[in-house]
Amino acid sequence: MSILDLFRDYTLRNVALGAMVLGIVSGILGCFAVLRRQGLLGDALSHAALPGIAIAYLLTGSKAPIVLLLGAGIAGWVGTLVINRIVRDTRISEDSALGIVLSVFFGVGILLLTYIAKRNDANQAGLDRFLFGQAATLVATDVLTMSILGGLALGCLVLLYKEFKLLAFDPAFAASLGFPPNRLGILLTSLIVVAIVIGLQTVGVVLMAAMLVGPAVAARQWTHRLSVMLVLSGVFGASAGIAGTMLSLGQQHVPTGPMIILSLTAIVTISLLFAPARGLVWAKIRQNHSLNNEPRNREIQPAKGE
Amino acid sequence: MNASAKPLAIHDLTVAYQDKPVLWDIDLSVPTGVLAAIVGPNGAGKSTLIKATLGLMPVAAGTVEMFGQPYAKARRMVGYVPQRSSVDWDFPTNALDVVLMGTYGQLGWIKRPSKADREWALHCLEQLAMADFAQRQISQLSGGQQQRVFLARALAQRAQLYLMDEPFVGVDAVTERAIISLLQQLRSDGKTVICVHHDLDSAPEYFDWVALLNVRMIAAGPMKTIWTPENISQTYGGRTQSLIRGAA
Repeated sequence: MSILDLFRDYTLRNVALGAMVLGIVSGILGCFAVLRRQGLLGDALSHAALPGIAIAYLLTGSKAPIVLLLGAGIAGWVGTLVINRIVRDTRISEDSALGIVLSVFFGVGILLLTYIAKRNDANQAGLDRFLFGQAATLVATDVLTMSILGGLALGCLVLLYKEFKLLAFDPAFAASLGFPPNRLGILLTSLIVVAIVIGLQTVGVVLMAAMLVGPAVAARQWTHRLSVMLVLSGVFGASAGIAGTMLSLGQQHVPTGPMIILSLTAIVTISLLFAPARGLVWAKIRQNHSLNNEPRNREIQPAKGE
Repeated sequence: MNASAKPLAIHDLTVAYQDKPVLWDIDLSVPTGVLAAIVGPNGAGKSTLIKATLGLMPVAAGTVEMFGQPYAKARRMVGYVPQRSSVDWDFPTNALDVVLMGTYGQLGWIKRPSKADREWALHCLEQLAMADFAQRQISQLSGGQQQRVFLARALAQRAQLYLMDEPFVGVDAVTERAIISLLQQLRSDGKTVICVHHDLDSAPEYFDWVALLNVRMIAAGPMKTIWTPENISQTYGGRTQSLIRGAA
């Protein structure tokens, strides 16, 4: 299997392109979730999308990806609003609200999938592929849909880059200037829902959170500038997507979604350990170095306390 | 803008947090061109007063007017310095970029800062002796330097009234002097500054106007007339009289 196969083989090309689009969109949007300390948000919303898929199928009887993904998007968005209301109107903290929405929506989704499976309906087979994704089912129109949705989400981000940056750094100051943090937050979260919808066919609801958090965490290690972090995060996401595709569709057929996540994990691990300035390995070396150079201070310090 | 209207006029303001009043029936009217301190013990509602004034938290009752208008209409005349600890300084950005955020309000939606805005932001950093640190990642600044970046950001707002939440907390001597000279510069330019301040010793030295707050407004007016042992003791519940040295 070589890079060239990616361009020759129709299936392979679609899967690789799809995974790449997903990686770019989720990588870039995920930066804002990570910087706003909402890493769990993606997890909650992707799980919340599952009942939307089941309900869309029950209502329309169609398994067309566009229909199911629309259902997923609406459910994810409802999840966003529910989380927002819980945080605003109750004393429940945000992480608890995320946990509640994640488990309740996901539970309902599994329940509905089970109900659909028991109806002895020959048409229903395959809905559970949204749990872990099944990238091999991607066709050219799916990739086109993903690209259009992703392009719209990223276009929105470019337009409101200044506002989102302010929101992520200092929401109170944003509010004082007249940029409403609550509404901006809902908009940003809605864009993240779009990224999740894009990823459902490829990596599925269970693993989607990693596509939002992983590239952003890795990218933050290498730069101190938000714009560079966004680009780098998109590149990392795309690289993981392509690498995962190639690894999975080689000789043995292993599932693509998990291979993408494992490729991403490798990028994250290398970044956490070896990035200059922030890498743990360098920090450890610096620490040892400074300890070796200042042995006297260590001896004097305990005496001071007495 | 109404030239005769007070920079800040608060009437009957009450703020409650989960049914417990944090500010009770506050009346406050601050004249133009003063350096005002809001002083009171921990939990007196000092920061809450600033936040409620800026519409950052819901109020149970009362009205706030700046230059005779509700805040939503007076925004561009008001600069805000939040507490330094309210943001994550590990955010991937540099000092100049943070100061540029002060221009966002005037820019409005979508529009990006121009080259002129960047030069203005750099000028604001210069005012606080921070020009050398413009490109520095903000996590690599000292606490005092971070505070000066926040003040430069407020300066970049080109406001008439500045609301500052504890600008002197945890800063080094250099920063303290830089802030004091900035405040005096602002006053001589005819601007109005209101600072939450917790240090009783330095309050009469730095400020010429004071509001003594402890959930209720105890007293407010020129430092000379308001800064009395009786008023301070009433504000602090009579507990800290021995701490007060600057009182007349």
